[in-house]
Amino acid sequence: MKRIIVVGNGMVGHHFIDQFIQQDKMAEVQITTFSEESRLAYDRVQLSAYFSGKTADDLMMTSPEYYDDNGVQYFVNDKVVSIDKAAKTVTTAQGRIESYDKLVLATGSYPFVPPIPGKDQDHCLVYRTIEDLEDITASAKESKVGVVVGGGLLGLEAANAIKQLGLETHVVEFAPRLMAVQVDDGGGKILRDKIAALGVNIHTEKNTKEIVKGETCRYRMNFADGSHVETDMIIFSAGIRPQDELARSFDLTLGERGGIQINDQCLTSDENIYAIGECALWQGRIFGLVAPGYQMAKVAVDQIVGSGDLAFTGADMSTKLKLLGVDVASIGDAHGNADGAQNYVFTNEADQVYKKLVISECGKKLLGAVMVGEAEDYGTWLQIYLNDMDIPGAPENMLVPPAEGGAVTMGVDALPDSAVICSCLDVTKGQICAAVQDGATSIGDIKTITKAGTGCGGCSALVTQVLNAELASMGVAVNTDLCEHFAYSRAELADIIRVKRIKTFEALITEFGAGHGCEVCRPTVANILASFWNDYILEDDHLGLQDVNDVYLGNMQKDGTYSVVPRIPAGEITPDKLIVLGEVAKKYGLYTKITGGLRIDLFGAQLHELPEIWAWLIREGFETGHAYGKSLRTVKSCVGSTWCRYGVQDSMSLAIDLENRYKGLRSPHKIKFGVSGCTRECAEAQGKDIGIIATEGGWGLYVCGNGGMRPRHADLFATDLDTDTLYKYIDRVLMFYIRTADRLQRTSVWLENLDGGLDYLKDVVINDKLDLNAELESAMAENIANYQCEWKTTIESPEKLLRFKHFINSEESDTAVQFVEVRDQIRPATPAERAGQIAVLEVS
Amino acid sequence: MITWTPIIEKEKLTPDAGVCALVNGKQVAIFFDRKTDKLFAIDNYCPASKANVLSRGLITSVKDVLTVSSPLYKEHFSLTTGECLEDEALSVPVYAVRITDGMVEVTA
Repeated sequence: MKRIIVVGNGMVGHHFIDQFIQQDKMAEVQITTFSEESRLAYDRVQLSAYFSGKTADDLMMTSPEYYDDNGVQYFVNDKVVSIDKAAKTVTTAQGRIESYDKLVLATGSYPFVPPIPGKDQDHCLVYRTIEDLEDITASAKESKVGVVVGGGLLGLEAANAIKQLGLETHVVEFAPRLMAVQVDDGGGKILRDKIAALGVNIHTEKNTKEIVKGETCRYRMNFADGSHVETDMIIFSAGIRPQDELARSFDLTLGERGGIQINDQCLTSDENIYAIGECALWQGRIFGLVAPGYQMAKVAVDQIVGSGDLAFTGADMSTKLKLLGVDVASIGDAHGNADGAQNYVFTNEADQVYKKLVISECGKKLLGAVMVGEAEDYGTWLQIYLNDMDIPGAPENMLVPPAEGGAVTMGVDALPDSAVICSCLDVTKGQICAAVQDGATSIGDIKTITKAGTGCGGCSALVTQVLNAELASMGVAVNTDLCEHFAYSRAELADIIRVKRIKTFEALITEFGAGHGCEVCRPTVANILASFWNDYILEDDHLGLQDVNDVYLGNMQKDGTYSVVPRIPAGEITPDKLIVLGEVAKKYGLYTKITGGLRIDLFGAQLHELPEIWAWLIREGFETGHAYGKSLRTVKSCVGSTWCRYGVQDSMSLAIDLENRYKGLRSPHKIKFGVSGCTRECAEAQGKDIGIIATEGGWGLYVCGNGGMRPRHADLFATDLDTDTLYKYIDRVLMFYIRTADRLQRTSVWLENLDGGLDYLKDVVINDKLDLNAELESAMAENIANYQCEWKTTIESPEKLLRFKHFINSEESDTAVQFVEVRDQIRPATPAERAGQIAVLEVS
Repeated sequence: MITWTPIIEKEKLTPDAGVCALVNGKQVAIFFDRKTDKLFAIDNYCPASKANVLSRGLITSVKDVLTVSSPLYKEHFSLTTGECLEDEALSVPVYAVRITDGMVEVTA
């Protein structure tokens, strides 16, 4: 059994260890790993996700349990400080001595901090580890302005991080452009414009001379050209240096400018010591990406327990990333350095897109490329480059598709089986196809079996294409069945229900399905029935289908209580009605909060209180707000031309009218509207499913925007509409969405998946391509005509009210519902508080 | 001796839905499945979400096992055994339920 010591448990060190586990070689080796950090390996590539809500745990790539289960010995917070090459032992900072047969250095790199006077003060930080991120977060709390030194890839990620932390953000770069390595001048200009437009201040060609005490901020950075910038914190992100300290101290051969020299077998100058990842120098080059590090790990594993045939032969440094929301990609020889290389450049300043192709002298081969602002073709171009394929057609047609005949595309069919689809994990097209042959049918299957797409994720689109192409070639139709009870998609069921005029779930499942139904099909069918027929959803035939919130016409909270959300169309409310809400909340002790959709949420109502509360609200002129339904939620609006001195149309009246027109419309997912009275767009209409922006000439209609988890700007659909036409278009778009969308699919995703996209939708709605508009409008009219306030219907039905009690056979309420007071309002008691350890409020 | 507590007339139950009854201080969730015309009774307390809410869940079948899907985080509890399908460690008590002269009766 070979004893292996891995120094460093970063991504590459862990990948090395994991290869033994994955290849079932753990019986042949005894592995020990040391990490000077407090954690085992985590995903450094996704570090910036820490600032968008991911926790350190989310980023972990392994766990103590995984190493324990597989017999890997590990020590965190302990650094290897010396190597005895003759005795083949290492010693750690804590005095631990371990012997090895093979030593693997995977020590990674450290951030380079330029030798600027004043760099070692508080709030001068780097961006490399989770601890660094914690320091940045802490520092940001005491800072208003932040500077990132370095406009490269990591620098821009760091800038994104401090911007998300709410700081005024500056980037200081020594070179004349951002991302100088990956991007050329033209791309750099567009990148700079785009990032500046996001509110990040860019300072290029700045050489920082010193960091001194500031006047308006904590520090002032003085630049060599006499200018300066004031800041409260500084993050240095001016490149990385190989962590070769250990190798340096113990006489392994290094490169002139650092880096542990390795040969094609990843062996250092000592025959028992390997170096892999960012600490290793191969043919004078350091590889600062994870994919080459993984390749080195594979080679080293093969040397130790395999055939010994694998060799490291360099790596492609092409990359694609999203920096501050801007797509940037670079392939091969991005600067066109090769002899005879010819550049083809496309710049679109209006949409801020830049693309450059570097083509060989013969005009057939792709040598390199730069993409900024839009990088959809990256996957295709990279494959052409990596596989040395001839480019399809003329180079200019790759940049701008010819008007006739559509885009020049290269299907995945054209790729050889040897094409590497996932470069992080080194997975080829052939391996993905083999997995499909063995029964994989989903992207999840492919990830589990081949690991493709589990690294940076940049290849996901391509992996999906390969999967679908292979499924199609095998004659497998992609399964769109709703669930085990219906062999139809949601859209097909919607057609069946509409055409056959089916009114109940029982009728549908008897004729077109099987079994009992489940939590997928029952609410979906309930929703379709409501979209078309708009019957009272608590009818006996429908009640058992409804989702949790619909059954009791309220949103169930974590303690089983409900929220009460009356409709306040477009957020306009009289003082009298506002007082009513206050009185109701006060009487029932409800937690009161103003929502993002311009209305008021009352939390903590118990089941038996709901009918009393709603009876009161309805008596005072309120209606249900459908906050519990997959239906129209709110129409957000500004005051428009009635009050605002900039408003050009009466957005308030339109918004109220729209909310009343579509209230109660059940749809595949919730729908939100926004109406702005001028182009200042205060109502944020472009982030809504349906957005309307007033212009001098009428209304501009935007469709299929979204906020939430995956924001999407709405697409401009039509301009200068009069109110009648606007309503017609919205009727048609919504009803078409209701008929054709998948379950729980927001309009944004629906449009992205609609064959033909926005142009097709326009063709259907504006040009009546499908001869459907009259039908869509009359379906909407039928729905609107059948509107009812579900709460009004409910409080008028004594038999329905029976269910609005905690106990069917008792007037008592649920004693487990208990509250605690915070900021003069209630919140649910935690389990510990309920167990009596902490005082809770008396519930009436 | 087994005591049966009368709860409600069966005809007052909404098909394919649950109600909660108070029986000897215990909260019992009673479900009426229309297709099989059967009644089921399990405890109302959901151990996963730590709230008394199971009676308000959707009745669903998971590979032919009739379950209630807990309304808060959607764990499935078998209506016949009380077992949680997602987590072996969790289960809820099951109670006997019958109909006498049109009246739903439970022991708990």
